[in-house]
Amino acid sequence: MQAVVQTAVRYLPIALLALAWEVVARLNIVDTLALPPLDKVAVAWVDLIRDGELLDNGVASIYRGFAGLLLAVIVGGGLGVVMARSRLFDMFVNPLVELFYPLPKSALIPVTVLWLGFGDGSKILLIFLGCMIPVTIGAYNGARGADHALVWSARSMGAGRLRLIWDVVMPSALPELLNGVRTALALAFILLVSSELIVSQRGFGYLIGYLGSSGAYEGMYAVVLTVAFLGFAADRFYQSVMQWLLRWRE
Amino acid sequence: MAGVEQQSSLPQAEAAISLDALRRFDAAFRTGAGIFSIVAVLVAWEIFARSGKVTAFMLPPFSVVLERIYTDAVVGDLWRNLGLTVYRAMAGFVIAAVGGIALGALMSRSRIVRWFFDPLISVGFPMPKIAFLPIIILWFGLYDFSKISIVVFDAIFPVVTATLAGIASVEKELIWSARNMGAGEREMMWQIVLPAALPQILTGLQVALPIALIVAIVAEMQMGGYGLGGAMMTASRFANSAGVFAGIVEIAIVGYGLIKAMAVMRRRLLVWHQETSERS
Repeated sequence: MQAVVQTAVRYLPIALLALAWEVVARLNIVDTLALPPLDKVAVAWVDLIRDGELLDNGVASIYRGFAGLLLAVIVGGGLGVVMARSRLFDMFVNPLVELFYPLPKSALIPVTVLWLGFGDGSKILLIFLGCMIPVTIGAYNGARGADHALVWSARSMGAGRLRLIWDVVMPSALPELLNGVRTALALAFILLVSSELIVSQRGFGYLIGYLGSSGAYEGMYAVVLTVAFLGFAADRFYQSVMQWLLRWRE
Repeated sequence: MAGVEQQSSLPQAEAAISLDALRRFDAAFRTGAGIFSIVAVLVAWEIFARSGKVTAFMLPPFSVVLERIYTDAVVGDLWRNLGLTVYRAMAGFVIAAVGGIALGALMSRSRIVRWFFDPLISVGFPMPKIAFLPIIILWFGLYDFSKISIVVFDAIFPVVTATLAGIASVEKELIWSARNMGAGEREMMWQIVLPAALPQILTGLQVALPIALIVAIVAEMQMGGYGLGGAMMTASRFANSAGVFAGIVEIAIVGYGLIKAMAVMRRRLLVWHQETSERS
């Protein structure tokens, strides 16, 4: 009971903000086109669910985001670990990572479209390229921080190269690797929505742009809030997965 | 490595010298390897683009892209687009930095401010705020004001959370002794709390800077007009792939420059901090 009250008090400001929104919109303080009342937004959301548009576009977006992120984690994580384990490889690849790291990844949107067109491929490539770097850096820093004493003792006990990476280096790299993936997750949402807003024929971003340009602002707000909520929920879900994966740590 | 070296039978001084030379050689080799791989990638780009395996539309040769950048620079388009993009990103970044630090400091001092903003920040931080871009356009139109607004909206969250965390981790002994010596509330904030929290605040700013750049460019792509993002979109609509790749190279250089400048600023501001001397 006390916990419920505490949570309620904690999140009260969000409810207050929603209430203020409703009051401002109802009293016509601002144009109702610019800020439609929340209950109308809710009705528009139900309508979008009913005719399947939100689900259709949502499935397309989630597929793109998931595929791109998965590729980024596999390739980026592998690259980071290999860089940390091989000095020579590190010397030649690290400068490229450093050069690519500060590039604002949204600059790649037009190029991925040039290469792969308007469909799924260009979004997956964009998310893969954008999300790979934070994962690589996380894996690299984590794997470099592996305790030397652990590595030496595993080696002296006859562990092979692969076994050493899998059993000793990976677990100690995991916390930083997982943090890198968290950054990548947020970035995946940003890149997904931006690229769909700018060039796409399906997906959340496309739906927001389409509803906005056809003047269906209630629907546009409904989709924007849905995407925002999904981004928030994905991060919270990932955090609990992370905690579960790292439960062996003190 | 260092430990093993010191235990050798060589006299200490000599060992130090040889270790120093070794380090210098290693650093030089590293720089060489770095330059080598960047040049290798550029040469591979040029050769691959000219090999006929891809069309110039898919991948224009690097030399053609350079030529295009040169032409833009001579005509003056480059400077106008570059200036506008940097202005929008940096204006948004500076507002987000000042506002974010102020809000974080206020939240750490006032319970009511903290109660009100804490859930908004913790819910808003992981949200993809770029989705609000069409709403911001609806409200403020297509001009600089909305581009800068979306940059501020996106970049302020990491600054606030870093400021809060930084202030929360200031050592209690520091605060106690300052209070003991008669520091007032204001002196405490400016002379003790903020400087002690500075490393973490700067980390927040270092997270916010690339976000500001990404968002400024997306906003320009979405709204069109001048600016590097808008120029890239125009080039892409006219199937001018040299223009698109020129945009990437220009944006990459701007991003690299700004982020390096930020790192230099961090080192300058934290000269007094142990982190600066730790890094050799």
